[in-house]
Amino acid sequence: MIPINHVAGTAIPFGAKNVDTDVIIPAHWLKTITRDGLGKGAFESLRADPDNIFDNERNKGAQILIAGDNFGCGSSREHAAWALLDMGITCVIAPSFSDIFSGNAFKNGILTVVLPQEAVDRLLDVAVDQPIDVDLETQTVTTPFQDRFSFEIDPFRKHCLLQGLDEVGLTLAREEAIVAHEAKIADDLPFLAHAG
Amino acid sequence: MTAQPKTLYEKIWDAHVVERRDDGTCLIWIDRHLVHEVTSPQAFEALRVAGRKVRRPDLTLAVPDHNLPTTARLDASGARLPIADPESAQQLAALERNAPEFGIRLIGATDAEQGIVHVVGPEQGFSLPGATIVCGDSHTACHGGLGALAFGIGTSEVEHVLATQTLLLKQSKTMEVRVEGQLGAGVSAKDVVLHICGVLRASGGTGYVIEYTGSAIRDLSIEGRLTISNMAIEHGARAGLIAPDDKTIAYVEGRPYAPKGADWDKAVAWWKSLASDAGATYDKVIVIDAADIQPTVTWGTSPEDTVAITGVVPAPESFADPAKQEAARKSLAYMGLEAGQKLTEVEVQNVFIGSCTNSRIEDMRAAAAIVKGRKKADNVRWAIVVPGSGLVKAQAEAEGLDKIFIEAGIEWREPGCSACLAMNPDKVPAGERCASTSNRNFVGRQGPGARTHLVSPAMAAAAAVTGRLSDARELMA
Ligand code: SF4
Repeated sequence: MIPINHVAGTAIPFGAKNVDTDVIIPAHWLKTITRDGLGKGAFESLRADPDNIFDNERNKGAQILIAGDNFGCGSSREHAAWALLDMGITCVIAPSFSDIFSGNAFKNGILTVVLPQEAVDRLLDVAVDQPIDVDLETQTVTTPFQDRFSFEIDPFRKHCLLQGLDEVGLTLAREEAIVAHEAKIADDLPFLAHAG
Repeated sequence: MTAQPKTLYEKIWDAHVVERRDDGTCLIWIDRHLVHEVTSPQAFEALRVAGRKVRRPDLTLAVPDHNLPTTARLDASGARLPIADPESAQQLAALERNAPEFGIRLIGATDAEQGIVHVVGPEQGFSLPGATIVCGDSHTACHGGLGALAFGIGTSEVEHVLATQTLLLKQSKTMEVRVEGQLGAGVSAKDVVLHICGVLRASGGTGYVIEYTGSAIRDLSIEGRLTISNMAIEHGARAGLIAPDDKTIAYVEGRPYAPKGADWDKAVAWWKSLASDAGATYDKVIVIDAADIQPTVTWGTSPEDTVAITGVVPAPESFADPAKQEAARKSLAYMGLEAGQKLTEVEVQNVFIGSCTNSRIEDMRAAAAIVKGRKKADNVRWAIVVPGSGLVKAQAEAEGLDKIFIEAGIEWREPGCSACLAMNPDKVPAGERCASTSNRNFVGRQGPGARTHLVSPAMAAAAAVTGRLSDARELMA
């Protein structure tokens, strides 16, 4: 995983509410067996409109997406996170995210920033023609107009994102505790300890 | 000192905590893991790249379902028919390669037990009450109908479970959704859960695990309970749960992967202890009167857009929230509906009876009871019934249900996800309407431009024979 700390520059002022993962990456793009190349399918239904915000010249190379409430709801497909990454997005700002989406984003090194609706509305305005600056270390989002919004983030997630740590590796290092629990299940709940 | 009363969720959670970290995140042991062809290839790929193995291959079961075509899989000589779509074929081939390579049991595309993961898990006794169950699919909550803590995970988590048999999780808040009283005649589990979707809205359950309680839930069969829990995700909940009882125990007993002998006795004793304690508190409680629930259909593009079949399409202005008004306007435009239109006047061109919400034997029977002695309406271009598993299919055929559908002009297919999502050849054409027993009516879910109305099996069958959304009660004998 690539460590992430400071993300700055053009932010796509998208803002739509309840954007589900079918919109982020339609089902017919899920037939891959690798993680690359999904950016082409990201927001496909919206990008059918030639004036869509994603293909706007100004937003080329944007790493930040500003979204609306409940972003990433719907299906648990992790392809949504891969598609965003593949189109270059490493940070999404929204008033709220679906649990599964924010988990998937985190595991792929995408920073999800939750800010109050008023702050997101302000950023949507600013981002139309100005850059946005997101700093994970200090947990702040700033604009060239002295706006400064603080956000909360789980300390563990912050640590992993800053270091680019892979969760599987971290858990494998807890081998002793896992072995102990496995033995406890075998004793207490033997019917769960094996299948069939 | 007496122990603090606990909810069902808290009891299962506590039994599975491997380690609790200072920030409250827990490493949770996973008892059962289901994988299918769509969300697993990249997880296996990642293991291979990192040189990692599967920690407990015996606790994972692989079944292809999502993009497997539902047409015949073998030719007359018994040879396997090729899959036309090269990408689907590639994903299936990847699963068939990965399972043996990592030592995982596979129920293959042509095996008698193949079916939708969430139908196969309970049916095989692989899914058990009190177990933690995960799958890379958001409707994993389905298994909560047995009293299992089951939820959907992403592909990175699939990889995490394969490598460690654990997941890092934060404990959810608890919500009780209590449905008290007796359901009206002709009101099914699907109507109950659609009604709950309307009450809770699409994000009302976010951050919660929902326990469905009350006499109306207890009175449901296990099939009905699986239907309810299946859609917990449609109110944003992490998982749904229904306390295991004697019906659950009777359902599990004797299934191929179910515990046997001394293990079985221990299991039953533990399962009986799992129900939420008297005095346990939930973070939120919603009470619904069963008598308020009518046969229900969706009119929009979110499962929260529900209305009784006897009702009319709501006016966007009737919603208090301006954002919802806007969403409703968009939904109506997409759905090609007008505010005030009677639901029973909406014509459908397609009917889909299937999906992990409604493809178990009871669902087949409920649909067949309506279709029996009737014919598919002429304006219905395409109507299919897709049993949830090969075993459901065999049972239905033994009961002669397949003939009832076929004689009515309704197709009888091989098990799979089918038209629940547009990943296999079963799709609804743009602009056409479908009465569907699946769980999602999102834009494009059944195919680009497809218009989905979520309904129960009886209501879907009623739509097939009348050619429009219909109150199934009027067709019940
Ligand atoms: S039937 Fe539909 S909801 Fe169920 S697992 Fe298949 S695609 Fe998912």
